[in-house]
Amino acid sequence: MMRVLALILGILWATSAQAVLPNEMLADPGLEARAREISKELRCLVCQNQSIDESNAGLAHDLRVLVRERLEAGDSDAQVVAYIVDRYGQFVLLKPRIEPATYLLWLTPALSIVLGATGIAVYLRRRRGSAVETAALSAAEQARLKRILEERES
Amino acid sequence: MPLLLFLGLAAAFFAGLGRDPHAVPSALIDKPVPEFALPALLGDRPGLATPDLKGKVALVNVFASWCVPCRLEHPLLMRLANEGVELDGINYKDKTEDATLWLTDLGNPYKRIGADVEGTVGIDWGVYGVPETFVIDRAGIIRFKQVGPLSSDVIHDTIMPLVSQLSK
Repeated sequence: MMRVLALILGILWATSAQAVLPNEMLADPGLEARAREISKELRCLVCQNQSIDESNAGLAHDLRVLVRERLEAGDSDAQVVAYIVDRYGQFVLLKPRIEPATYLLWLTPALSIVLGATGIAVYLRRRRGSAVETAALSAAEQARLKRILEERES
Repeated sequence: MPLLLFLGLAAAFFAGLGRDPHAVPSALIDKPVPEFALPALLGDRPGLATPDLKGKVALVNVFASWCVPCRLEHPLLMRLANEGVELDGINYKDKTEDATLWLTDLGNPYKRIGADVEGTVGIDWGVYGVPETFVIDRAGIIRFKQVGPLSSDVIHDTIMPLVSQLSK
C-alpha cells in the first residue's frame, strides 16, 4: 500500500525536466527569478513551441545566458524583451503584443462569440416566426381536428 | 452558403500547405547590419566587421562545420565564388580546427571569414538555423535573408537578380 502511495506521489510530484543549467543561473535570486519569468515568455526558434526556459537547444541556452547578462547590466524586463525582439522579431514572443497587426488575432474569440450569438438569435427568431404561422388553424381545420379526435375517442 | 464556407476554408488551408512553418520572417530586413567585429578564422583571410559590409553589395553566409545542410549548399557557394561573386562568411559556434579542416577539404569560397565562437554575433544577426545567407546593399542595409541551405533556384531567381538590381 505504502509503495503504491509513494509511486502515485512520485508521479504527481514529477515536473517537466528543467532546461536551465546550474552554471547558467545568477547568484542573485531576485535577478534569477526575473530571468526565469522573461525566459518563459520567449520562444525558442529552433524548437518553436517551447520557451527558451524549457528548451535544451543550443540557441535557447545562448539566449538564456543573454537574458541574464542584460539583467546584470541593469536592463529592465521590458528592455531585455525588446533587445531580443529587435533581433528575432515579434515571433519570439509566445504571447503576441496587442497592436494593430494583431488585433484580428486577439479579437477572433470575441468575434466568434458575436457571430455565434447572432446566428443563434436569427435561428430562434425564425423558429418563433414559423411557430406562430403553424398555430393558426382555420375554422374548417379546427372542426376537422375536433372530428378526428372524437372519432379516435369513440 | 455552407458550400461557399467550405470552398473558402479549403482554399485557405490549401494555400497554407505550401508554406514552411519554420521560416520566421526576419526582424532585420531593411535594417542596418548590426555593429560587430569578428576575429579572423584563418591566418590568410581577414576577419569580418561592420565597415567591411558598407559601400558595396555584400553577401554574408553563416556556416558551421557541424551543420549538415551547410555541406549541401557548399558546392553552390564554391560555384558562386568561381564566378567571381564576393562572399563573406561568419563561422558560427564552431571549433577553429574543425572549420579550418572543412575549408581545406571542401574549398574556401569566402573572402573574409569572421569566427563567432560564442554565437553572440549570430544572435545580433538574428541567426537561428545555420546556414543563413544575407544580402546587404551598399548602404549596409540587410535586404534579404535565406534561412536554410541555398538552392540553385534561390540563387538564380532571387539572390542574383537582387544583387544586380542593388548594384545598379
